[in-house]
Amino acid sequence: MNFKKILPQLLTLAVVILVFGFFSYNAQVNMENRGLEFGFGFLTYEASFDIQFSLIEYDGSHSYFRAYLVGLLNTILVSVIGIIFATILGVTVGIARLSRNYLIERTAAVYVEFFRNIPLLLQIFFWYFAALRALPLPEKAEPMFGVFFLTIKGFFIPAFVWNNLDIFIYSVIAAIISIVFVRLYAKKKQENQGIQTPVLSISIGLLIILPLLSFFLGGVDASVEIPVIEQLSQTSFTYKGGLKLPPELIALALALSLYTATFIAENVRAGVQGVSKGQKEAAASIGLTPNQVLKLVVMPQALRIIIPPTTNQYLNLTKNSSLAAAIAYPDLVLVFAGTALMQTGSAIEIVSITMLTYLTLSITISIFMNWYNKKIAIKEK
Amino acid sequence: MFKLVKRLTSVVAMFAVLFTFTTETMAAKKSKTLKNTQKKGFVRCGVSQGLPGFSNADAAGNWTGVDVDVCRAVAAAVLGDASKVKFTPLSAKERFEALKSNEIDVLSRNTTWTATRDAKIGLTFVGVNFYDGQGFMVRKNSGISSVNDFKAGVSACTNLGTTTELNMRDFFNSKGIKYEPVTFEKADEVVAAYDAGRCDTYTTDKSGLAAQRIKLSNPDDHVVLPETISKEPLGPVVRQGDAVWEDIVRWSLNVMIEAEEYGVTSANADMMKTSDNPAVKRLVGAEGELGAALGLDQEWSLRIIKQVGNYGESYKRNIADTGILPDRGPNELWTKGGILYVPPAR
Repeated sequence: MNFKKILPQLLTLAVVILVFGFFSYNAQVNMENRGLEFGFGFLTYEASFDIQFSLIEYDGSHSYFRAYLVGLLNTILVSVIGIIFATILGVTVGIARLSRNYLIERTAAVYVEFFRNIPLLLQIFFWYFAALRALPLPEKAEPMFGVFFLTIKGFFIPAFVWNNLDIFIYSVIAAIISIVFVRLYAKKKQENQGIQTPVLSISIGLLIILPLLSFFLGGVDASVEIPVIEQLSQTSFTYKGGLKLPPELIALALALSLYTATFIAENVRAGVQGVSKGQKEAAASIGLTPNQVLKLVVMPQALRIIIPPTTNQYLNLTKNSSLAAAIAYPDLVLVFAGTALMQTGSAIEIVSITMLTYLTLSITISIFMNWYNKKIAIKEK
Repeated sequence: MFKLVKRLTSVVAMFAVLFTFTTETMAAKKSKTLKNTQKKGFVRCGVSQGLPGFSNADAAGNWTGVDVDVCRAVAAAVLGDASKVKFTPLSAKERFEALKSNEIDVLSRNTTWTATRDAKIGLTFVGVNFYDGQGFMVRKNSGISSVNDFKAGVSACTNLGTTTELNMRDFFNSKGIKYEPVTFEKADEVVAAYDAGRCDTYTTDKSGLAAQRIKLSNPDDHVVLPETISKEPLGPVVRQGDAVWEDIVRWSLNVMIEAEEYGVTSANADMMKTSDNPAVKRLVGAEGELGAALGLDQEWSLRIIKQVGNYGESYKRNIADTGILPDRGPNELWTKGGILYVPPAR
C-alpha cells in the first residue's frame, strides 16, 4: 500500500536523475574529445578587458571575478531603477484607468495597450537610438539648473565629495530606527487611547534634523563637484568631473519601466476593482473621508490581489534586463556571459554561473515579495 | 535462459555492426564531418552577420565575400558544387559555440588566429586568408590624424567578444590614456552608435573599418587612421578532433592561393592539365595522389579553381572591385612583395 504510493515518486526521481546524468555525461565526453577542461580557476585570472560603466573600482588588471561583480551590480542597478519607476508609473496609470474623467482614463488605456503589445527588444532599440538621435552633442548641451548636462555621451550630474561620510550614514540609520519606534508607539497609542499621532510629519522631521545635526556637530562636510566640459579634438568634447550615467543605462531603464509599468497598471486596476463596492459604501457610511476609504479599506484588500502578479512582473523586469547586451549596457550577460566567455572559452562554467546568479536574484525578489504578501494577507482571528 | 541467450546475441550483433561500421570508415579514411557533409549534401558554414567584402548577403540572400569563397571552395572539393553551402550568420559572441556544438562545420568569419583560441577553446585554425590589423576610424573634421592625437576621455565603439577589446586596452594603457569602451553585440549597432556621435572613434580590424564605412550616412566624412595597433591574421576555423576535415579545409584554401601563384585561373584551369610544369599539373589533378590522401577524388582542386577561382580572383571580385580595399597590401603573394605564402600542394 505504502510502496504503491512511493513508487511513482521514485520513478520520477530516477527519470530526473537519468536525464540530468545523461546531459552531464554527454557534456563531459564532448569536452574530453575536444581537450577542454572544466574548472573555475579562470575566475582569478586577469580579465584584461575594460568596462565602460562600473559601480565599483575596476579596470582590466582586475580578475574575471571582479568583472563578474561589475556586471552583477550593473544588472541589479538597472533592475532596481526599473522596478522603482515601473511601480510608480504602474500605480499611477492603474489608478488613472479607474478615473471617472474620460480623457485621463482613455489616455491611460492607450498607453497600456500601446506599450505592452510591442516587443521589448524593439522598444529598447527605439529608446536607445531615438535618444542618441535626439540628444545634443556635449558642446551643444544646454545645462539644466546650470549643473546637469544631458548629452549623447551620457547624463553628467554633479557628484558629492564627502568628508566623514560614515558619520552621516550613521545619522541616517539613527533617524530610520527612531522613525520605526515612533510608528510603533503611535500604533499602540491609537489602539489603547484612540488618539492619532501625526506620524508622517514627525518622520520627515527626524529624517531632516538628525543628518543636519551630523553636519554641525559631527564634522561631516560635503562639497559638490560639477562636470566641466573638456575638448578632446577639434570637434569632439566630453565632460570631466561629477558623475556620468551612460545613455545605455538611461535608455534601458526607460524601456524596462515603460514596458513593465503597463502590466503593473493592469494588476492595480484589477486589484482595486476586485474590492466589492459594498466595502467602499460601508466605509463611507461610517464617516471615513474618500482618502481614508482608499487608504484604510480599499488598498489593504486590493494589495492582496495586486502583490502576487506584481512579483512576477518584478522578476520579468530583472530577467529582461539581460537584453542590455543589444545596446552596450555592461550588464551581467554582456560582461560575463559575453566578453569573459569569449576570452576564456569556459562556456559551460560561465553559463552555469550566470544562470545561478539570475536564479538567486529571482528567488531573493520572490522571498521578499512572499514575505510582504504574507504580511498583508487576511489574518483570521 | 533462452531469452537471455537471445538478448546476448542481439547485443553481440549490434557490436559487430558497429565494429564493421568503424573499420569501414577507417579504411575509406573518411572523417565523421566529411561523411555527414556528404550525406547532407551541403557544407554548413558560419559567416558574419554582414561584412561587405568578407561575408555579406544581398537582398536575394546570395552570399559573397572572400570568407564565403573559402566555404564555397570546400563545397566544390567535397560535393562537387560550390553553391551547395548553407550559410549561418553568427555574431562574434556566438561563433565559437556554434562550431563547438556542431551547428556548423566551418567557421569562416573574419576570425583572428590567437594562441588562446587555438589552444583553449577546442578549435583549430587551418590557415590565414586575410592578414589584417586593428585600426581606428574618426571623423575627418575632428582634426585627429594619428592615434597619438587621442586624449583621455575618448569613447570608442566596438564589437563584443573580439580581440579588439583586448588590443584596445593594451593600446590605450601603453599611451596612459583613460578611455570609455562601448561594446555592442552586433556590428550594425556599432555603426549606428558611432554614426550618431555616441563615440569619438570606431575601432576594429582595418578591413572591417573599410567595409563598415560604406554603411555610414556620409562615408566621406570619416577617415581610417594610418596606424595599425595589432596583428590580426584572419582565417577559417574547424572543430578540434577531426584531422581529415581540418586538412580538407586547409588545403581548399591553400589551393586557391597556390593557383594564383602559378597563374591558374577559373578560365584557364582545364587547359592547365597539359601544362609542362608538374606543380601546375598536380594543382589541377592531372598528376599526383593528393585527392585520395584527403579522402576525395582526383579533381577536387580543379573544381575549386574552376568554380570559385584562385585567391586573386576572389580578392578582386569581392574586395578590390567593390572599392573596400583596392590595394592588396600584405595580402599580395610573397612573389609580389606581400606575405601570402602557403606550403606546396604536393
